[in-house]
Amino acid sequence: MSAYDKVMLARSKGRPTGAAYIENIFDGFVELHGDRRFADDPAIVGGLALLGNIPVTVIAIEKGTDTKERLRRNFGMPNPEGYRKALRLMKQAEKFQRPVVCFVDTSGAYCGLGAEERGQGQAIAENLMELSTLRTPVISILIGEGGSGGALALALADQVWILENAVYSVISPEGCASILWKDSKKVKEAAECLKLTAQDLEANGVVERVIPEEDFESAFAQIKELLAEALPGLIATPTEELLEARYQRFRKF
Amino acid sequence: MNLMGLFRSPQNELEKGGKEAEDAGIRSACPRCGVQLPLSDLQENMNVCTACGYHFRVGPRERIAYLTDEGSFYELDGDLLSRDLLDFPAYDQKLRNAKLASREKDAVVTGAAHILGHPCALFVMDPNFMMGSMGTVVGEKITRLFEFATGTGAPVVGFTVSGGARMQEGIHSLMQMAKTSAAVRRHSEAGLFYLTVLTDPTTGGVTASFAMDGDVIMAEPGATIGFAGARVIEQTIRKKLPQGFQTAEFLLDHGFVDLIVPRAQQRETIGRLLQLHDPGSIGMTEEEMGGGLE
Repeated sequence: MSAYDKVMLARSKGRPTGAAYIENIFDGFVELHGDRRFADDPAIVGGLALLGNIPVTVIAIEKGTDTKERLRRNFGMPNPEGYRKALRLMKQAEKFQRPVVCFVDTSGAYCGLGAEERGQGQAIAENLMELSTLRTPVISILIGEGGSGGALALALADQVWILENAVYSVISPEGCASILWKDSKKVKEAAECLKLTAQDLEANGVVERVIPEEDFESAFAQIKELLAEALPGLIATPTEELLEARYQRFRKF
Repeated sequence: MNLMGLFRSPQNELEKGGKEAEDAGIRSACPRCGVQLPLSDLQENMNVCTACGYHFRVGPRERIAYLTDEGSFYELDGDLLSRDLLDFPAYDQKLRNAKLASREKDAVVTGAAHILGHPCALFVMDPNFMMGSMGTVVGEKITRLFEFATGTGAPVVGFTVSGGARMQEGIHSLMQMAKTSAAVRRHSEAGLFYLTVLTDPTTGGVTASFAMDGDVIMAEPGATIGFAGARVIEQTIRKKLPQGFQTAEFLLDHGFVDLIVPRAQQRETIGRLLQLHDPGSIGMTEEEMGGGLE
């Protein structure tokens, strides 16, 4: 399968979206809304849930599953208030010593007028800085598209996992082809060059784990099992040690 | 014996030290008002248009000269070189061209300096090197500078100019946003001062990481500052952007910039801010410094 085929798979409409992961992996999800600054961004869903008997904060970028829902969710392209809601929930998790699990699936942070007026760059920058020293474990899972800074804003984590056919890139293959070659038809070559597949990312140390996708039911079950395995160890790690490992995880690039 | 006879006299203008730029008629057109400016006037005025105040883009060596106390700049990590990590088409050639265009090794110069007597760690990005794009070397130099400043207790002053992450280094460029942010955070947690000066243009991954992390964020008049590029936004919303969108003045109005300072006043303002974060230099007593609610 070519890199571009993977991009198409990562974007395909049949793929489960963030909300399906929350529903299938956790119990008793209580959704919490709003950034307490401006608005509630439907492109990001967040709240509290149980993983087995561990309370966790769960945050997912949600693309929506039908046309109406996709429009309402802005096709999973968050505005600054979405990132600020996510940060509010992360800080809340830190206070109550709950681990944070993020599901990332976005073509990128929204490139709109209001997003710029409300500081899209500042919102992402703040999340990166805060996440780098958030005093509670964070695991991020790339489930579809990992679109640049808009994805990274929820993926500065202790561990980053990725679904077998998800992708993660600094720029979309379309954007890359049009900037580099002024030719959007070269999108397949661009996808190849960017080394954005789960397998490339694992080889480059960008992700710790690739989750197979034979079918999504088993992917959900596997993620649940892997989280139940990984979280207790991270929770038991002394905070300074956890933060030092997180620093070194990104320092190596 | 007449010693002077041992040396021949200058034979042409080049040997006399060259004509003044103005004499040679070298002029530069202001991109904003169109006025033809003699190069010598422009250089004397810190590359700011004498007619309309437009701030020309300038490289790091000029900025360091405008800003720092003479002879105080000590460069760090000046030997780091970008590599073509992903075997990306034409990246090697782009790097070679960028080195020729900028006479630098990559898109940021870092070091230690004094500004009006105040020591600081300084980074200055370079618009002439792939429009300041952030790859591994830019991220590494900035991270090392913050680690150096954290270790030595120095404030950081940083001039940003960037089109964003360097796509030729793929995901490694994206990871620089995380790496630099974490280093800025450690510097901040050590109680140290970080001042950013946003210059034209500051966009993309640099805006979404260390550019917007300053305790104080300054901008140059008229600078374009934003996350997404104007063309991308216009394509997304299918509308023309309003006049003045994503300018320094627009960001000031929306609360994302503390102050806009023309180039000629930057040295003094930065010196003042450094002084205000250096209680020892003001003459505060230990008792005054230790006051508060402890």
